[in-house]
Amino acid sequence: MPKQVFAKLVKKEEIIKGVFKFTVEAEEIVKDSKPGNFIEIRVSNQTAPFLRRPISIYNLDKEKGLLEFIFQVKGEGTTILSEKQEGENIDIIGPLGFGTFKFESRKNIAIIGGGIGIFPLYELAKQAKKLNINVDIYLGYRNKENVMLEKEFGKVSDNLLIATDDGSYSKKGFAINFLEENLDKNKYDCIYACGPLSMLRAVQKLSIDKKINCQISLEEKMACGLGVCLGCAVKTSKSPKDLPEYWHVCKAGPVFNAKDVEF
Amino acid sequence: MNTQVNLAGIKMKNPVTVASGTFGYGREFSQFFDLSKLGGIITKGTSLKPKSGNKPSRVCETASGMLNSIGLQNPGVEYFAENDLPFLRKFDTAVIVNACGSSVEEYVELCKILNTLDIDGVELNLSCPNVKAGCMAFGNTYEGVKLVTSAVRKVLDKPLIVKLTPNVTDIASIAKAVEDAGADGVSLINTLLGMKIDIDKKKPVLANNTGGLSGPAIKPVAVRMVYQVSKAVNIPILGMGGIINGDDAIEFMLAGATAISIGAGNFMDPFTSINTVKGIENYLEKYKIKDVNDIIGKVEMN
Repeated sequence: MPKQVFAKLVKKEEIIKGVFKFTVEAEEIVKDSKPGNFIEIRVSNQTAPFLRRPISIYNLDKEKGLLEFIFQVKGEGTTILSEKQEGENIDIIGPLGFGTFKFESRKNIAIIGGGIGIFPLYELAKQAKKLNINVDIYLGYRNKENVMLEKEFGKVSDNLLIATDDGSYSKKGFAINFLEENLDKNKYDCIYACGPLSMLRAVQKLSIDKKINCQISLEEKMACGLGVCLGCAVKTSKSPKDLPEYWHVCKAGPVFNAKDVEF
Repeated sequence: MNTQVNLAGIKMKNPVTVASGTFGYGREFSQFFDLSKLGGIITKGTSLKPKSGNKPSRVCETASGMLNSIGLQNPGVEYFAENDLPFLRKFDTAVIVNACGSSVEEYVELCKILNTLDIDGVELNLSCPNVKAGCMAFGNTYEGVKLVTSAVRKVLDKPLIVKLTPNVTDIASIAKAVEDAGADGVSLINTLLGMKIDIDKKKPVLANNTGGLSGPAIKPVAVRMVYQVSKAVNIPILGMGGIINGDDAIEFMLAGATAISIGAGNFMDPFTSINTVKGIENYLEKYKIKDVNDIIGKVEMN
């Protein structure tokens, strides 16, 4: 059940240029959060920016009640958010989304992420590792300057592959190409993905062609985050006759079975 | 202190309701507070048959507001009656169904069904700007409003409120059509038609190109229109458009609204509606006003 928390910012870190990691005290949200859930942040108590900003959860520390989220400064809202100082309170609603990563019964999974889409995959990998699931992670970045969280993802995986589009760091190419290369050999029982639309479409196609379970975390412009405004619509391929054919990222998602959605 | 109001025959414990399309059918917000604290709930726009709504992207932020083009996605009146109404009825609050249709016949069929349900009233949606047929296509002329309202009036015994679009030249004359057709009240304003362009893609941000503007940005337009309508008709007004706190609500009531709705403000903060209830009480206390009804229409023009 989502709660509104005025969470104290206890640690602020710029992990690469323009990308911030915030650690906040939000026990009420943390205790019910699952990998894949997101939060909505009101960055200012003024009427502009008017809407909350949906941001994925990076890490949950259930013992200490700490929540970590990472965001890239992109526009007005994230700029204001990035200017918050340690000790300040941040207005957060969460956890949000009924569609979370399902992994408990898996044995051998592949996680693929690209750019700023990698953040919600960390808590998934961490929890899967704890259950002794084999976790292979494929992360793609534009170039060396954009590579982040390599050490952190290294700790929660059995194999971590880093790819850059231009080859300026680690392997050259798209993460999906390396996942595809390993598919037949590694026999993953599920693929989990979050990243740019082009990557998600490629992962979706690959998983359908190879008949592998696949869960993807989607993004769409959002207002309420609660399933009320029906703004963040995503077309479902499972549309029952006579019923609306749109699901909503904030409610049915943000994580969907790849074969169930058209985007 | 009395905060009870009577909106078009609907008795409410306070003047605060939540606007159609910003509160679903109540379930999501019931996770945050007791819905019985609200004067009333106006449901999501509901049609005779389920509606899919428009293609995404459906929403975007604007200066102190937002644009939406949802396209009335809803599960249909049958589903509502079976699944959502019993839930809403658990709370001590007025339940008003926002009814939408694409033809006069559809509005009439829908209202025949609504007339048999355990609801407190109907808000007739003649103002959604985001669908091709019906709604605003009727709502932007005197004749269209009178036609649909009169037809529905014949089959609906429950309180009938008609929701008006601000996208007209003379909203007072449209409100007069509502009154002439025998409705019990008017609600205004629905969203203002707007557009936002992505300058990198050189395309509108919304898939439907245009959408309805709501939020604090539209409040002065809404207050002006509520005032104009209050001078033109004798039926009560449900006022809305950018209200986010008690002070805003008082403005609408001074302009002539008997009750108000919180719309996009629900997205900014899930507690906006009940904070508005408190805000109204604070104002009454500050000016030692015993009855909230005493401020309705009490603006003194310069």
